[in-house]
Amino acid sequence: MRKFSRLSRFNVASLALGLAFLYLPILILVIYSFNASRLVTVWGGWSLRWYHEFFADRAMIEASWMSLRVAVSSATLATVLGTLAAVALSRAERFRGRTLFSGMLYAPLVMPEVITGLSLLLLFVALNAERGFWTVTIAHTTLTMCFVAVVVQSRLGSLDRSLEEAAMDLGCAPVRAFVLVTLPLIAPAIVAGWMLAFTLSLDDLVIASFTTGPGSATLPIRIYSEVRLGVKPEINAICTLVIALIAVVIVIASLASKLSSSQGESAAPL
Amino acid sequence: MSARRIFARPARFAAIAPYVWMVLFFLVPFGFVLKISLSQTVIAQPPYEPVFDLTAGWAAIQAAFAALSIDNFRLLASDDLYVLAYLRSLTVAATATALLLLIGYPIAYGMARLPKRWQAVAMVLVIVPFWTSFLIRIYAWINILQHDGVLNQILLRLHLVSQPVVWLSTDTAMYIGIVYSYLPFMILPLYATLAKMEPTLEEAASDLGAPPWQVFWLVTFPLSLPGVGAGVLLCFIPIVGEFVIPDLLAGSNALMIGQTLWLEFFTNKDWPVASAAAIVLLVVLLLPLLLYERLQRRQLEER
Repeated sequence: MRKFSRLSRFNVASLALGLAFLYLPILILVIYSFNASRLVTVWGGWSLRWYHEFFADRAMIEASWMSLRVAVSSATLATVLGTLAAVALSRAERFRGRTLFSGMLYAPLVMPEVITGLSLLLLFVALNAERGFWTVTIAHTTLTMCFVAVVVQSRLGSLDRSLEEAAMDLGCAPVRAFVLVTLPLIAPAIVAGWMLAFTLSLDDLVIASFTTGPGSATLPIRIYSEVRLGVKPEINAICTLVIALIAVVIVIASLASKLSSSQGESAAPL
Repeated sequence: MSARRIFARPARFAAIAPYVWMVLFFLVPFGFVLKISLSQTVIAQPPYEPVFDLTAGWAAIQAAFAALSIDNFRLLASDDLYVLAYLRSLTVAATATALLLLIGYPIAYGMARLPKRWQAVAMVLVIVPFWTSFLIRIYAWINILQHDGVLNQILLRLHLVSQPVVWLSTDTAMYIGIVYSYLPFMILPLYATLAKMEPTLEEAASDLGAPPWQVFWLVTFPLSLPGVGAGVLLCFIPIVGEFVIPDLLAGSNALMIGQTLWLEFFTNKDWPVASAAAIVLLVVLLLPLLLYERLQRRQLEER
């Protein structure tokens, strides 16, 4: 009877191959970051040599610090704005310019980054704004708030609305009902949205390249200029550190979504 | 019902801040791109003219308007370099999207057939690489594909090749990079529709005597078309404008439009031509973008 819920050999093979394809390259990178030898062909034993080299590299450390600051600020801003946008889209059926609003929120999700980056740079130049930390933060906020809005909106959509309606029928003002009933229910999605915004900002090369000024390179910009010159073992170490940081973030995000799924249907992490 | 209407009013106020932000930092910048695409390059700061100066008086602004021209677009249309770059972008995106569909579908299908508990695990496993830095994932492949990299070592040791194969700076490397980076974007929407599908439909077809390939082709695939559409758009649109992957993995003899735009902007400092290239790219992508936006909205709002 349950013929079709059973896995065929083909299903298992494609799953295994697919996951291997996704993870092997990253695994190889992590392993080689501990290689004592400078040459990729030679395995010189385990070593932390490239990590020492990274921590001695002032420019890299400065770029990492810049990236972290941008990621935290833009993720926080994006979470506030994105959550507000999600509330408006899922709770107000009709308002002026709603189509334009949702269009502006969905377009950046797939818009080629070169266009977003170029257009923001031209704006900053026209405004005569000094390019650096703030311009990159604004650019990243613009991009990542759209992702936050989608994550939070999907959670709001799957929420049982009778809960907040009950609160209001019992005499709660709408804003109070939102803060007391809705907000705790969508909190895990908001956390997940923040994490997504944080990692996207930490990762971005193209938009940051356009919107930053001289002397304030982010980590991806530094990595990119090094990679263009060829493979350096130090880069392996930096990448491994970034992966470790993101892994921590993912663990926290998955804990948050576990909380969310225990309260009902889980929010899609994307 | 009435409570619902009461809630709508403060919800409308919630739109104000993100609305203003998006108009200011998403919509208005496109106005600047359009304007500068109609300007001329000069060696100055900023490197284009005319520069609109609202304090200079009406006559100066009129003169500035008169100085706008569509020369940059004429250049784009007449220079083979740009036409070829647009064509290459579209072919690369189409080919890569087809590859992604071919590779992603079996994986999504396998995921949808896992027991419920394992489905959640598989989904996390597919999403995790998407959270890992884009640049790092491309760099990981440089490690593997370079001259004395892991792949060549394995091939040499297995005696499949007698000397190292050149992988880097080829289209093969670029396609590997694109498929690797965009695979989660293809798998997730496919999985979402496949997981929702009634297994009884496939069982019915099979019970009525359809061989497996017919069950798939006549029942499963048509029912998964919404997911296919979402996955295809989600991959195709950003790949057309992709910069990092072709720049690091493909050779430099044929450029994609994202690379030409980057080159014009950062190397040649020709902001007007770069802006014009961005406008054309946007126009090329307008139809798929509108399709995608409609799909997204329907998916989220008709729950």
